[in-house]
Parts: sequence; structure tokens; C-alpha cells
Amino acid sequence: MMYSEKVLDHFRNPRNVGEIEDADGEGTVGNPVCGDLMTIYIRVNDDKISDIKFKTFGCGAAIATTSMTTELARGKTLVEAMTITREQVAEELGGLPPVKMHCSNLAADALHEAIKDYREKKGEKRS
Amino acid sequence: MDYGAARPVDPRVFDAMSPYFSNFFGNPASFHTYGFDSLKALNLAREQVASLLNVEDEEIFFTSCATESNNLGILGAAQRYKKSGNKVVVSEIEHISVLNICKELTRQGFEVSYASVEPDGIINLEKLKELVDEETILVSIMAANGEIGTIQPIEKVAEIAHDQGALFHTDATAAAGQIPLDASKYEFDLMTLSSNDLYGPKGVGALYLRKGLRLKPHMIGGGQENGLRSGSENVPGIVGMGKAAELAMGEMISEAGRLTKLRNKLIEGVTESVPHSYLNGHPKERLPNNANIRFSYIEGEALILSLDQLGIYVSSGSACVAKTLEPSHVLRALGLKHEEAHGSLVFTLGKSNRDEHVEYVVRHILEVVRKLRSMSPLTPKELR
Repeated sequence: MMYSEKVLDHFRNPRNVGEIEDADGEGTVGNPVCGDLMTIYIRVNDDKISDIKFKTFGCGAAIATTSMTTELARGKTLVEAMTITREQVAEELGGLPPVKMHCSNLAADALHEAIKDYREKKGEKRS
Repeated sequence: MDYGAARPVDPRVFDAMSPYFSNFFGNPASFHTYGFDSLKALNLAREQVASLLNVEDEEIFFTSCATESNNLGILGAAQRYKKSGNKVVVSEIEHISVLNICKELTRQGFEVSYASVEPDGIINLEKLKELVDEETILVSIMAANGEIGTIQPIEKVAEIAHDQGALFHTDATAAAGQIPLDASKYEFDLMTLSSNDLYGPKGVGALYLRKGLRLKPHMIGGGQENGLRSGSENVPGIVGMGKAAELAMGEMISEAGRLTKLRNKLIEGVTESVPHSYLNGHPKERLPNNANIRFSYIEGEALILSLDQLGIYVSSGSACVAKTLEPSHVLRALGLKHEEAHGSLVFTLGKSNRDEHVEYVVRHILEVVRKLRSMSPLTPKELR
């Protein structure tokens, strides 16, 4: 098993690590039991993702995919960001080892959860 | 510091092997000078390996690796002696080549029991006694575990097996060349050895089988290795294993002393400098070269990748490094939680390691752990 240069780059120099205090939306997927757990935080302005941060417990692929997902989502509208898929994240990283496709490639799901969380919170405020 | 995964061939071993590739290339079965030369070399290698275990030459059988020796020893003994029972007892922390051949035994109708280990990795002898009965054909417990380094009380295990009339096999792959093994004194029946773990070439292993015992062979052909393992002998490889065994005999004690000091320095240095890091396995009853350390809140593969960047090469009990998604069965058997097993590193020291290598690791490990912990959602606030 080997990682692509892009995966190694995102693992070694992860983009957007951290937390956003009072984030507009927050999504967590995975489970420490299987070795991967990731949380994505978003700040939303004018229906666009104006800031995004992440925290990940997991292997190199888990860290790299979360980093890449945050890069892909930054600046996108929520509708656009909802269309980002796991496959797209893997492709942008120059591919992932087959065994990593399922367990460590969950960051797109965390992003979608964060957007859903934002929409729910917003809905609550309206009502 | 990953000698458990692979070792370089000792240059003296390489020199001993090299004539047997092109100059002395004969088949030991041939009845002419070339054959005789190879046969002599084969006999010497058998003698050298036998000396390491204090057994007789004809009790050593060469194979292609430790996996083959474990397969042949366990499956071969169970099948050969199935008239005397249908039970096999092994430990939960055996090598995968033992555990998987036991699955095959189960498919063939044998009953396999798995003896548990204590949190320090030592087999629970009382529980083992309860598992071994008159129906037991074979007990197989490793001499030492390659991942957590724990050395098992195999002399006592052999007694328990023999008390019930069962054979005793031990996988000594990780132990051989590191701790003395006297198969004759303790009346072991079968023992597995690997050449590469003695700084010999890969692709060679050996099985010790006590005189008078028989196995059902699995490689069928021209009857080499006394009919136990057909196929023309890998003469250069076997010569290498013999030389490696001879060198191990002479150098084991002093090297073990040196490595034990280095290992202790590594364990103390790392666990003292990194908060929430712990030693896995028994603190004393462990191989001289093994340190298995667990780091809370982070995952092993990410640790390995980060250390690789610094020129530190280690292994992990993490699932993410293996071909499966499960964390190490050995660490799980110690009672560690999944997330704890995921965050463990295995350091296996060897000939090239020196004080300055250990000091380098101790100097850098904290920054690596800190970086990964700062990224982890599991890290408590005070550690960020």
C-alpha cells in the first residue's frame, strides 16, 4: 500500500486544521473504534462557506481527505458544497489505496452533515 | 527500528552464501562432485541450526519460511495424530500463520481452543491447563511475541501439554537468536524458526521435529528433507540460515545485553517525554529488542508516516497499516480498546541501532505526537 504525493502533501501540510468557535454548522462522522473520526466546522455568509476548519483522528488518508474536502468546499455556495462527493475528494488527491476508500474517505459526509446542521439551526431561528 | 518486519542479511552470511549461487550450484541429490559439495553444505547448515536449539541434526527440516513451518508443524501434526484426539490449543496472540492454519483445522473438523493472555501479554497457565485435556493432540504457544515482545513460559506450557499426552509446538520466529532456546532440555516437540530473523536471507525457514515423531507432509514430491518437505533444496538460502544461526549462537548474549539497555533507554525516554504514552506488554519478560508504546488520542499510521519523514522507521499495531481494517489482534487480546490499539507503535531494534538513534527518537517523538494531537478531536483541551 502506498499513498500518492498529493495525499502525502495534504497529510504533512494539512490545510484548515482547527476549530471555529460558535461555528454556524458542525458535522462529525466516523468512530474511534474503526480508527477514523472527523469533525468539520463551517462559517456561512450569504449562503457561501466563508470559513471552514477540521479536526481528524485517523490515518494519513483520513487526515488528507479531510484537508482536501475543506479546500474544495471553501468559498463554495452551500448547494455547490453539497454536491462534493467522496469519489471527487479521492480523485483530487490522485487516488487512494482501495482499502482506504471506505473507512478513511468520510470527510465529504462530515461536510454534508455540517451543512445540514447549519440549515437546521437556521430553521430553528426562523420559527 | 523495524527489525521485526525485515532484517538485513549479515555480510558474513552473504559471503558464506555467495559461492552457492553459481560455483557450487549442484543439487544435493546428485551422485557426483557437484552434488556432494552441495550436500556437505546442507549438512553443515543443518548442524549449525541444530546447535542453536541444542538438538540433533536430523531433527531439523528446512522450509521456505516461518509461515510454512507453522503450517506444516500444526496441520501436519494434527492430521498425523488425529487418531489420538481432535483438539488443538493455541494462544490468542499467535502469529497470523498459526491462527489461520487453525481456522483450516476447524474447517477440517478439529476443535481449536484459544488460551487467553493476561493484560501484560503472558499466557494464563491456569486457564491453559483447563483447556488441555486427553483429547488434545497439540498445544502451540509462541516462545515470544514479535509485536509486544512478551516472552512466554514455554517450559511450563510444554509440561502442561505433555501431562495430557499432547505434543508441544512453539513458534520461535521472534525469539530465536535473541534468547537461548533449548529444545532438547525442555523436550519441545516442534519448533518454528525463520532465517531472516537471524539476519539470514528471506525465503528460508526451519522446523524442528523431535526424533521419532512424524507429520503428514504437504509438499509432495521427491522426498527431500526426509520426506517431510519435498522440493529441491534452496542450498544458498539454507547455507545462509546455517551461518546466521552460527553467528547468533556466538553473539546472542552480548547483543541481547546491548539491545536491552538501548530498549530500556527508548522506553523510558519516550514514555517520560510524551504525556499519556504507555508501554504495551510485560516490562521485564520481553525480547531485548522490543518496545511497543501506545499514544492516546492519535492513530498509529499517521504516527508512522510522520516519523518516516524524520528518517525513523517503525511499525504499528494499527489496522490502517495492515491489509485488514481490524486493529492488532495481539493488543486487543491484552484488553486494550480499539482506539488504544490503533495508537500503538512497535519499535524493534537491531544490530545497526546505537545510542544516538534512540536519543534522536526521544528528541523528536514529542513534536510528532503533539502535531497529531493538535489535529485530533479526541485530545482533551489541556493537551492541545
